[in-house]
Amino acid sequence: MTDQSVASELELVGNPATVRIDSPITRVAKEFVEDRIAIAGLILIVAIAFVAIAAPWIAPQDPYDLAQLSILDGGLPPGAESMTGQTYWLGTDQQGRDMLSGIMYGLRISLLVAAVSLGLAITIGVVVGVAAAYFGGKLDSFIMRIVDLQLSFPAILIALILLALLGRGVDKVILALVIVQWAYYARTVRSSAIVERRKDYIDAARCLALSHRRIMFRHLLPNCVPPLIVVATVQIAQAIALEATLSFLGVGVPITEPSLGLLIANGYDYLLSGRYWVSLFPGIALVLTIVAINVVGDRLRDVLNPRLST
Amino acid sequence: MTALLDVRDLHTHFFTRDGVAKAVDGISFSLQRGEILGLVGESGSGKSVTGFSILGLVDAPGRVVSGQVLFDGEDVVTAGEGTLRHLRGKRIAMIFQDPMMTLNPVLRIDTQMIEAVQAHEKVSRKEALARAREALVAVGISSPDERLESYPHQFSGGMRQRVAIAIALLHKPDLIIADEPTTALDVTIQAQILAEVQKLCADSGTALIWITHDLAVVSGLADRLAVMYAGRIIEEGTTAEVIGRPLHPYTKGLIGSVPQGKRHGTTLTQIRGMTPPLLDLPKGCKFRPRCPRADDQCLTEPPLGPVAGGRRVRCVHPHLEDQEDAVLS
Repeated sequence: MTDQSVASELELVGNPATVRIDSPITRVAKEFVEDRIAIAGLILIVAIAFVAIAAPWIAPQDPYDLAQLSILDGGLPPGAESMTGQTYWLGTDQQGRDMLSGIMYGLRISLLVAAVSLGLAITIGVVVGVAAAYFGGKLDSFIMRIVDLQLSFPAILIALILLALLGRGVDKVILALVIVQWAYYARTVRSSAIVERRKDYIDAARCLALSHRRIMFRHLLPNCVPPLIVVATVQIAQAIALEATLSFLGVGVPITEPSLGLLIANGYDYLLSGRYWVSLFPGIALVLTIVAINVVGDRLRDVLNPRLST
Repeated sequence: MTALLDVRDLHTHFFTRDGVAKAVDGISFSLQRGEILGLVGESGSGKSVTGFSILGLVDAPGRVVSGQVLFDGEDVVTAGEGTLRHLRGKRIAMIFQDPMMTLNPVLRIDTQMIEAVQAHEKVSRKEALARAREALVAVGISSPDERLESYPHQFSGGMRQRVAIAIALLHKPDLIIADEPTTALDVTIQAQILAEVQKLCADSGTALIWITHDLAVVSGLADRLAVMYAGRIIEEGTTAEVIGRPLHPYTKGLIGSVPQGKRHGTTLTQIRGMTPPLLDLPKGCKFRPRCPRADDQCLTEPPLGPVAGGRRVRCVHPHLEDQEDAVLS
């Protein structure tokens, strides 16, 4: 072939150096910011995450240092001043604990539990799901029947049984959440991987004799990521809510490391006797967190799914 | 000299819920080093499955039931996964039909090519990259450095197929199996790719199996042709002979259905009917229901018999009279 014909073909295609084609990530980011509510949600998530991480440095009080608490400040309404002149913007609980600080520390536990369980569940789910789709056959049937079995029980039921057996503790709640959630990721990854598995580039990779592990995690997995991101955002909101539920019911985190759910449970007895703030403010924090994550998740689903965009 | 590839009585069957589909049903052929074989047939005649069988990549529910595939004297069918991995990509490479699908959309070209080099040779990234660059230049891609840093979606179909060919060439394989590599391309690009592949094979002494349904494509490329129908080879011979004097009525029909400029205005001959479903093949000669020459003798299937000049044909009533005409004229 002559150089000229190559050159003419190149002109038709466009030179990659001059024609800027956005990478997939840039495209998704551009589409994402078109929705104001989603941006608000994202800002809220970032703010909440910041508060949770920085709680020990920005909270007015360490709510679990008994030396800082005064029982005389117990049950103060929002905006009241303590005897030392400190203002409790969100009131105090019956032990004289500043609710604002309590919520900041509570968020910390809630998000920690959700994030760690998300990471572990995704790792397990992805490995199992990709392996099932790639190898197929009996392994696939075996794994997917376990997934079916698990998904046929309500998540809260499995978590309750597990925690009843294991006892309380942050690590145990995380374990329960991982066991409840891995199956969602496994099913999501497997369903998209099984579509990708049939495409020629996987056959091509096998023709090159790349290792199974390499084909699974470098070729198959990256093509299955978009639906995984969507499921992960929905599931992290679920994880936060589930942890709050378990803690509210008294089987979750221990009383020494209270999460939002436990704070809500603490004020539950006083809810109808005038001290609404003890339950209300942690409740609002929980709702805001979950709504923000869901809003962002919805938007991500829209921009990652080409069939929904017009 | 022993043949590079010797396929002996290969049977690859697919065990489906509705029955056994005999996709490849007893085919034999051999290939010398540097030789180009055109494997021609309609969709579903078993051409692609033959290619996958040679690489030991037939997926369930398919299985090589019997037969041998001797590559350089070693049987691929009974070889372990370790031996096969050593062959795949290194000594036998494959090029696929749809270049839009054979490159991973999320990985850059350099990543995919380096991976292909390192799958068989312990070389540094830098060295692998140099090899990749060299291969891209060999297939006629200009500004290879920029190309290496691109993603597949930034390429046209022809460019992608060139990249796929470059990947196939990375290890200088002894055999390339090309499964309809130009079917999805424009004719002009097709011509370029054909010329390119022919040149590369001649330069490097690589043998090539070119699988296609398009007789026009292989007629200018292949040294020999094997025509497949319903999982069997029905005619084999040198390209000039098969195209010039087809013996089997099916081959004759195939050639007749290729539009040609010099036959302007005349209607194209058509082969009646359709390829029989693999699960419900006719008795005797598989082409019998569509064949203009069929009679009761065709109810028992003829073997792939030798005819003069090293040709083989599987037919009771081959077009031998044309042969005589040709000799006379």
